[in-house]
Amino acid sequence: MDLYAESILDHAHHPFCKGPMKHPTVSHEESNASCGDSLELRLLIKGKRMHDIRWEGEGCAVSQAAMSMLAGHLKGMTVEKAAHLPPRFVFDLLKVPIGPRRTKCALLCLHALKNALRKLDGEPAQSWTETIGN
Amino acid sequence: MPLDTTAIRRQFPIFREEHPPIYLDSAAMGQKPANVIDAMDTYYQLAASNVHRGMYALADEATNHYEAGREAARAFIAARHRDEIVFTKGATESINLVAKTWGKVNLRKGDAVVLSILEHHSNIVPWLQLKEDIGISLRWIDMEDDGSLRMGDLDVALQDGKVKLVSVTGLSNVLGTLPSLSQIIERARQANALTLVDASQLIAHRPIDVIKLDCDFLAFSGHKLFGPTGIGVLYARSPLLSKMPPFLGGGGMVQRVTREEFRPADPPAKFEAGTPPIAEAIGLKAAIEWFTQHPWKGIEAHEHALLAHAIEKLKQISGLNILGPASADKIAGCVSFTIEGVHPHDLTDILGQAGICLRAGHHCAQPLHERLGIGASTRLSVSLYNTPEEIDRCAEEIRCAIAKLKK
Repeated sequence: MDLYAESILDHAHHPFCKGPMKHPTVSHEESNASCGDSLELRLLIKGKRMHDIRWEGEGCAVSQAAMSMLAGHLKGMTVEKAAHLPPRFVFDLLKVPIGPRRTKCALLCLHALKNALRKLDGEPAQSWTETIGN
Repeated sequence: MPLDTTAIRRQFPIFREEHPPIYLDSAAMGQKPANVIDAMDTYYQLAASNVHRGMYALADEATNHYEAGREAARAFIAARHRDEIVFTKGATESINLVAKTWGKVNLRKGDAVVLSILEHHSNIVPWLQLKEDIGISLRWIDMEDDGSLRMGDLDVALQDGKVKLVSVTGLSNVLGTLPSLSQIIERARQANALTLVDASQLIAHRPIDVIKLDCDFLAFSGHKLFGPTGIGVLYARSPLLSKMPPFLGGGGMVQRVTREEFRPADPPAKFEAGTPPIAEAIGLKAAIEWFTQHPWKGIEAHEHALLAHAIEKLKQISGLNILGPASADKIAGCVSFTIEGVHPHDLTDILGQAGICLRAGHHCAQPLHERLGIGASTRLSVSLYNTPEEIDRCAEEIRCAIAKLKK
């Protein structure tokens, strides 16, 4: 299956939940230094659930589409569940095979989410190895 | 006499494949002619032995081969003495060696090192480390929009006498522009500053004569010169090498070791602790022998024609912006570009699926990309084995990729 399937390009061109948020509970930025992709995630959390989510960023179609797809699924999700989302969750949303050279593009959104929630808990950021490995 | 590309390509196993890749990434890694692979293979099959101090024929042979590699490197850059050639594991290690040995004893807080905005991270980070460790400052030579360096910046930097070293690339690994080394070196010398040339890219595109250049240090890697990975060269003038402290400590770099102290060996052994890259030195010699069969005039004319063709084809693609001068007369080796609304990684992923190898990203030159106001670019680099037909196929596939990504 083609990496640049219509659904990925659709999300890249018309992303979900992209834009500013005035008073997020937590905001966090992650970037892939090797390619210059960056995502800033803003979460509004109420009653231990994701009440609202907004993000801004730039980068390749895969990183932007993955963020858009993930954002569409986060609203209403418990913080507990979001903190334990596995990489498989993102790969399933993308529905195309992601090779090793694009893994970090695909998982930048998850890396940003995990570290936003860790920041909220006052914990140190997790490494890429932890994001990819768990 | 123009280069016979067909004959050249036949000497590369990868290009003899039924469907060879369209390889336009030689700025990152040169492909390997069969004689390089064979020379290394023969050493491993029949002559593997460590260098120095073995009282048997094989050990002598290994030492001779290793030193012959040094002689080949010396001749290639026209250095005076073989002892001025230190083998490292690559240009990165060569520059680090200068920073961590010469820099450590010669630089003090408040001293300055001048770099150009074109530099690769390998010629930035070692100096940033000294900034952290010692408190030296870095001064930068900026560029005009066409990629030419602002020589006035160098003059200003050199005015107060605090600059101890000017360290610049001979050829930008992104823009392909060639700083005027002779001018830079002359001005640095007048200001009593030493000079280091990062010749990582220059080495495979222009002849280098370190005596004529009059530089103090010069660094390059084997793998961009059609040789193996894991070997590089640091050239340094003999008096400098004699005064520099050793780099890594271990076997081979000492004259005498007691329980209290050691006495370092003479250069270049002083900087080559541990078992050196013997097979790699043999491979590097084979690569230099292979490369120097071809006249420089032929190589330069061939690559100029390829770059002129590439620029012409790329210019015809709507939304494509060439970085730097966009003139084959002003560059060598590579040309980089961005395309409006298309991320370089998406582009090169699609090109890769079509068997076309281009590199995308910041090419380890983040300050340059920041200066250009972009996060990443796509680089097309050429070598003596590339053909205009490959450029045509690449341009065609770029159009297809844009159509796909923008639909």
